[in-house]
Amino acid sequence: MEKILLKNVGKPDSHRIDTYLAGGGYKALEKALTIKPEMLIQMVKDSSIKGRGGAGFPAGLKWSFIPKDPGLSKYLCCNADEGEPGTYKDRGIIENDPHLLIEGMIITSYAIGAKNAYIYIRGEFVFGRLRLEEAIKEAYEKGYLGRNILGTDFSLDIYVHAGAGAYICGEETALLESLEGFRGQPRRKPPFPALSGLYGKPTVINNVETLSCIPAIVEKGPDWFAKIGSEKSPGPKIFCVSGHVKNPGLYELPLGTPLREIIYTHCGGIRDDKKLKAVIPGGVSAPMLSEADLDTPMDFENLAAKGSMLGSGAVVVMDETTCIVKAAYIIMRFFSHESCGKCTPCRCGTPWLTQILKKLEDGESRPGDVKELERLCTNIFGRTFCPLGDGAVMSLRGALKHFRDEFVYHEENKKCMVAS
Amino acid sequence: MLSEDLKKEIEAEVKKYPTRRSAVMAALTMAQLDKGRVTAEDMREVADLLGINPVDVHEIGTFYTMYNVERPVGKYHIQVCWNISCSLLGAEHLIEHIEKLLGIKLGETTPDKKFTLTTVECLGSCGTAPMMQINDDYYENLTGERVEEILKGLD
Ligand SMILES: Cc1cc2nc3c(=O)[nH]c(=O)nc-3n(C[C@H](O)[C@H](O)[C@H](O)COP(=O)(O)O)c2cc1C
Ligand code: SF4
Ligand code: FES
Repeated sequence: MEKILLKNVGKPDSHRIDTYLAGGGYKALEKALTIKPEMLIQMVKDSSIKGRGGAGFPAGLKWSFIPKDPGLSKYLCCNADEGEPGTYKDRGIIENDPHLLIEGMIITSYAIGAKNAYIYIRGEFVFGRLRLEEAIKEAYEKGYLGRNILGTDFSLDIYVHAGAGAYICGEETALLESLEGFRGQPRRKPPFPALSGLYGKPTVINNVETLSCIPAIVEKGPDWFAKIGSEKSPGPKIFCVSGHVKNPGLYELPLGTPLREIIYTHCGGIRDDKKLKAVIPGGVSAPMLSEADLDTPMDFENLAAKGSMLGSGAVVVMDETTCIVKAAYIIMRFFSHESCGKCTPCRCGTPWLTQILKKLEDGESRPGDVKELERLCTNIFGRTFCPLGDGAVMSLRGALKHFRDEFVYHEENKKCMVAS
Repeated sequence: MLSEDLKKEIEAEVKKYPTRRSAVMAALTMAQLDKGRVTAEDMREVADLLGINPVDVHEIGTFYTMYNVERPVGKYHIQVCWNISCSLLGAEHLIEHIEKLLGIKLGETTPDKKFTLTTVECLGSCGTAPMMQINDDYYENLTGERVEEILKGLD
């Protein structure tokens, strides 16, 4: 497949505007500014692109919810909080090709009528933030940002806002709270951000990768985009592969590429030619799959049918030497650390689950621990204020679904099946 | 005490937003730059500068993990990622190795205040695991030897 998102990666000075322009950059913006905003929204709808941040919401539909009233100020927020463990694609785009994101943001802002846009980047990405700030400066100098962009009456400012370490700020309403200077805790929905978002104004929140697809959709047309990959969820996707593969890294492939092809063809298979045991297909909130699921096409629908999800497209591969109880413990420890504390099932439930998993792992189990895990999952699931708590439960349930015998072995024998 | 220069930088941040309060995160990040931590006095001054209550600033300072509120760290703050991808590739051994090299345990600072060692959750560097961050810089594809070299190179 012709690369769209990572096409400039590897070019010398790929982050510079001159490199971007030489590769045809900002042509899509020139074209977009000759098209009516409503038409652009229709094009994005027709492309059938779904959000790449995790939830997979159709981007064009989201944009169409923004009120058309020209007197109302509106905002675009780019979600660059990238915190889902296993995920590092947004960082890849930001560090290597920041102008792709910026061009996507300018077009999106024009389409929804926003005059101000923010990039919420996680605080630890210091290098990426500096790259973005430099790139934004370059874009202002060339007249792609600021007043009367390319001689039109459209004006836009883009600002970078750095987070300071909180996974929950990736959740879109927590992100808005954080941008406004509060603790990053999710807001009640409705109202949805499209009607009342940042500073109470209509706001679109999109992921870095989603926005980076927009220039290609405008330039080559929605039909071209809709023909890439799966019919229901088309387009290119950056898969972030990590764990026990020979060649971990970012792979841009059509949505719908089978998991087996990603692991064995693109990543060269499992390290030391060991056997594969489990794969998390979409970041740690996505339930893990086993060897039997390797032929699943990697898209929103097919992974949902397998009881998992595409999430952020982070593929974490575990070989036969992996203790699943330990993996489940590490993941739950993460969720419990990141629980924002707003609702009780998540604030109290995730540390409790973590404690039981740690005891199972440390050989200090008590009879009934596995049942207790399952009971807690039932009490948490569907009762949390935001999807973080559900994600924690789904990840543990995925491990229990495929590897319950390992948890039971730990409970009964106070030791690990894999190590013994 | 926030220096006059710092206050100017914070004012520049304020200009990005329709409310002064939105600059609170940037203000704390900047206040932390020199000393590696944020003090109660810094937080009071940030509150004054932004026209919000000191308790609001304190809330922010204690919610986000990157602010070291009244928590001194050494000259070099080593944060080893122990999330899933890094753990699969030996983060645990790496931590033990660093503990031995520095003669401290997780959460501690060396007596000469040079190094603090903590863990951190996924830093978005999972394809180059295992990894750690020292102050603002990422160090990736680590091995025991690489870590030793890196630590020796810091003075
Ligand atoms: C706990 C939690 C963490 C999230 N983290 C991120 C993130 O780091 N980056 C992101 O783009 N979306 C994240 N999301 C999804 C966002 O809420 C939102 O759906 C997304 O940014 C919308 O953009 P998209 O439609 O382009 O995907 C997270 C959601 C939850 C519940
Ligand atoms: S589920 Fe509740 S406690 Fe957990 S992160 Fe969401 S709002 Fe916060
Ligand atoms: S798991 Fe360590 S950087 Fe992502």
